[in-house]
Amino acid sequence: MRFIDKFSAYKSKRLFYYSLIIPVIIIILLVLIYPLVHSFYISFFNLTLYKAAEAKFVGLKNYIDIMKSASFWESMGRTAYFVLGTVIVEIILGLAIALVLNQKFIGRTVVRGLVLLPWALPGVVNGVMWKWIYNANYGALNALLSQLHIINSYQIWLKDPFVALNLIMAANIWKETPVAIMIILASLQTIPSELYEAADIDGANPFSKFRWVTLPLITPVVATTFIIKAIWAVKEFDLIYMITRGGPQEGTTIINFFIYLQSFKFLKFSYGSAIAYMVTILVIVLAVVFVRRTVMQSVRE
Amino acid sequence: MKKILYRILLYFMVAVILIWILAPYAWLVISSLSTKAELISVPLRWIPKKINLEGYKQILLGGKFATRAARDFKKGALNSLLVATFVTLICMGAGSLAAFSFSRFRSKLLNMTFLSILLSYMLPPISIAIPIYIILSRLHILDNIGSLVFVYCSFNLPIAVWFMKEFFDEIPVDLEEAAQIDGCSKLKTLWKIVMPLSTPGLASTAIFLFVVSWNEFFFALLYTTTLASKTLPVLVGEFSSKIAVDYVMMSTAGILAGIPPVIMAVVFQKYIVQGLTAGAVKG
Repeated sequence: MRFIDKFSAYKSKRLFYYSLIIPVIIIILLVLIYPLVHSFYISFFNLTLYKAAEAKFVGLKNYIDIMKSASFWESMGRTAYFVLGTVIVEIILGLAIALVLNQKFIGRTVVRGLVLLPWALPGVVNGVMWKWIYNANYGALNALLSQLHIINSYQIWLKDPFVALNLIMAANIWKETPVAIMIILASLQTIPSELYEAADIDGANPFSKFRWVTLPLITPVVATTFIIKAIWAVKEFDLIYMITRGGPQEGTTIINFFIYLQSFKFLKFSYGSAIAYMVTILVIVLAVVFVRRTVMQSVRE
Repeated sequence: MKKILYRILLYFMVAVILIWILAPYAWLVISSLSTKAELISVPLRWIPKKINLEGYKQILLGGKFATRAARDFKKGALNSLLVATFVTLICMGAGSLAAFSFSRFRSKLLNMTFLSILLSYMLPPISIAIPIYIILSRLHILDNIGSLVFVYCSFNLPIAVWFMKEFFDEIPVDLEEAAQIDGCSKLKTLWKIVMPLSTPGLASTAIFLFVVSWNEFFFALLYTTTLASKTLPVLVGEFSSKIAVDYVMMSTAGILAGIPPVIMAVVFQKYIVQGLTAGAVKG
């Protein structure tokens, strides 16, 4: 074929494939790019909903105020604790449960189906359920613990800020672990059984098999899951809104909820935008790490 | 002997896992079928003496004894259904097309575009929530199902593109090349050959998008004000704070609101897992 023919065939092929992405580009421009840019823009003003007409350019004032704000840093601290706590527990639990579900037993398919239930439940229903369980007067947690004689009288669980934060974490763990279970389980299933058989021949016990065969092979997937879940954990909103509304005394106000309060309760749009931007940059850094990992993995394959 | 011990331990662990997964939900179900008197008794009656279907009757059948909130439930369910369905259709359509390109054609531009789309999924919704609120309120299209569909595309489209690209990557290119040598146009090969082969992938992604859209709460809370567009999660949220003391109704509403996504996830578990793992496991 002459070069000209090859090149125009290539060009029409390229045109075809490029045109297929146009709908997606349009939607993303409208619903993501434009709002992001707008958000950046208003973070340099002092826009609030009730004084919209008087918004003035204030430069970096919002960003400086945030850095000086004690409640912002407290919220960031809580967020770090929340994210690390929930994700680490989810991964450990997910791994343990996935190891069990990877074995053969009667009813395995059914159990695997049921395992997704906490994740499938709407966040608000999760919130309603856990709030009811933690209820001070009639909740199931109080009832269970006192009937097992672990506590003497009904406790007001959600009264203490730190306890409330941990209880929200527990609810979040219940809700999100299924995803970790499923991903790790799928990864376990890609390990060829010959490797375990070879280890058996060498006389390995279950712990060695786990340490030297399983663990190295699933570490990349576990690391990726860790990052995805960390990003998702920062986004958590439904549970906090339904169970504690950020209280008591801001005890459960992690950064996403903090921004929500600033923007939609106190209506400080510019201030909220600025905080949102800072957190977004942080999340993007985490996300870039994740994307690099997955892309590099598929390039290796 | 060791084998028997191992089996017993295994089934014990499975039982523990099942209890952990199901107990909180089971309690919610029981609460919805109990009477209020039984729920507020101390010590708590775990199993109700008689099953109380009042809550379900009120919400599902309506009637003059139903509270206002119970009657609103049906409208909320309809809103949720419309939003979830349209978002899924739009994102599946646009997303699959783009994913096909990302899968079949390599260029620096497409690579960068794909990565930016993946990246955009990682954004916390709050980062776009404020400007979108400003835009929607200026255009007077707050409290509108269409607006909700539009906004939901922000987090659904990246998922659709990501999942479908992984699924398309699994389908060998030879079939398309053979068809094109036989004179089939690219569009026709996409439609007649690739799409039928990717039905499992399409199903996985569609189910995932539907579940995620049905459960969405944050944007719905911000952008809906009346029953014209309030989705079920928003209604359940309001319901629970309004009737703070009617635990039976609260549980009933919660269970009913969760039935579609729970059924879809449990029944179509295979598909959802395929979708989830397409991105994370295969890289």
